[in-house]
Amino acid sequence: MLQIVQTALELGFQYALVAMALFLSYRILDIADLTTDGSFVLGAAVSVTLTAAGHPVLAIPAAMLAGACAGFVTAFLQTRLGVPSILAGIITNTGLYTVNLMTMGWKSNASLLRADTVFTLLRDAGVGGAWYELLLSASVTAAAGALLWLFLGTRLGLSIRATGDNRDMVRSSSVNPAFTVTVGLCIANALTGLSGAVVGQYQKTVDTNMGAGIVVIGLACLIIGETLVGRGGTGRGILAVMAGSVVYRFIYAAVLNTRIVPIECLKLVTALVVALAIAAPAIKSGAVFQKRRLAAGRRGAR
Amino acid sequence: MLRIDHVSKTFNLGTVNEKTALSDLSLHLKPGDFASIIGSNGAGKSTLLGAIAGSFIVDSGSIALDGRDITFTPDHRRSVVIGRLFQDPLRGTAPSMTIEENLALAYLRSTKERTSPFSRIGKKDKEFFAEKLKLLGMGLEDRMRQPVGLLSGGQRQALTLLMATLVTPKLLLLDEHTAALDPGTAEKVLELTRIIVADNHITCLMVTHNMKQALDMGNRTLMMAGGRIVLDVSGDERAGMTVDGLLRRFRAGTGHELDNDRMLLSD
Repeated sequence: MLQIVQTALELGFQYALVAMALFLSYRILDIADLTTDGSFVLGAAVSVTLTAAGHPVLAIPAAMLAGACAGFVTAFLQTRLGVPSILAGIITNTGLYTVNLMTMGWKSNASLLRADTVFTLLRDAGVGGAWYELLLSASVTAAAGALLWLFLGTRLGLSIRATGDNRDMVRSSSVNPAFTVTVGLCIANALTGLSGAVVGQYQKTVDTNMGAGIVVIGLACLIIGETLVGRGGTGRGILAVMAGSVVYRFIYAAVLNTRIVPIECLKLVTALVVALAIAAPAIKSGAVFQKRRLAAGRRGAR
Repeated sequence: MLRIDHVSKTFNLGTVNEKTALSDLSLHLKPGDFASIIGSNGAGKSTLLGAIAGSFIVDSGSIALDGRDITFTPDHRRSVVIGRLFQDPLRGTAPSMTIEENLALAYLRSTKERTSPFSRIGKKDKEFFAEKLKLLGMGLEDRMRQPVGLLSGGQRQALTLLMATLVTPKLLLLDEHTAALDPGTAEKVLELTRIIVADNHITCLMVTHNMKQALDMGNRTLMMAGGRIVLDVSGDERAGMTVDGLLRRFRAGTGHELDNDRMLLSD
């Protein structure tokens, strides 16, 4: 039981970085960034490849840089070349598939057998006892969250937040929205790359398909977190994605162990939850409309 | 200060919706000039402000501000020295950000060279913002940490005015900025405009549909028709002019009646 809780917490914090990236791109910049699936695998691929070569620590910033590059391509497509934002993400994502294969030496998966990872380095140093994996995952995510929170309070961070809120106003504050979108997407995909890097070293394996649906799972975490913690403020949003991601992994663990729904169905359930949560306002106003129409009809019949 | 020479702009060129919005228009404003613009629907008033602010690049002619040619400068660069308000009070502020964060963004225009993009809003900045907010007389200085989305349209427009002038611009463009407000609030925002523009000696170009306002505010009245300026009165001639006189001059200048639905309905 403890083992299940521990694993759920570890995965929760590792994947919270993806939810944090989506908080930045989807919630703050108001862009559905579909680069996420690809940049997650890219981060993992870079991380595992460099770890296999004996550089587990260097692998982490390298993966973030790779993620940021992917974000830059998406941003360039939409801000300079006029590609619609969703399509820009899909295009980059498709291209990344090849890049990811290339990173892994033209194989569709790669494993670390006995190479040192950041996790084993910590264990061998004797830090954290039996909880070293959780300690590392939680610290990385907490540090990234704190840095993101600090950044969003700076002048550049404010410009990025305003870009998603009112692009006209950003322009009239002498800031180029193309620039702020680019910086925002680079940071978001660096976070996704970081998530992939940590997950890759944790699982000691990377597979080209490990990113499939990550963007929807990240959105689910974001929505769960916002339901629990509430919306408003950047600090609250960052805490919300962490909470949401941990809760999602607990739900995942519960489903895995109790088989309430077959585990194969979890992606479908996740997709339904996300679709319903995002559709909630439209469903609500539709219900109000129907109710009024029915009420008016009844009055007319009388 | 502002020098517009032979500027033309046609939208949707070569289609059935082709529309010449500006036609060989020239306009010079001296430093401290406050000109109001009136004109029929579709006369090109808003297009003129858009051309100056850089919302689009003009087809021909040149625009210079304070001796610097800005004809091909992108809009976000022009906004360093040009402030602009729209009719829609929601357009000038970011609703989910707090009042102080909005002001901090507006303040970027001045401090860009002096402070790094990674600096934060300091205590000094906050005191400065509070002091400026007090001038609006709306009690906003006590609500600086509230999201702007909670403010009324009038409060948001007053805040936008403050943001546009927080760093004194070389030119202020007002595009019917009080037209969407209720009469009382409109009067208040207009009074604030008058004070802020006068105190900072800002060169200002204001589009209005209110003829009386066009004669009362500022020192010049311009009338536009068919993408040109057809009437430009100032000085003694303007001082003695009535709304009827203005309408007569318009008819004499263009050969037809002034046709602006909102203008006829307003007092």
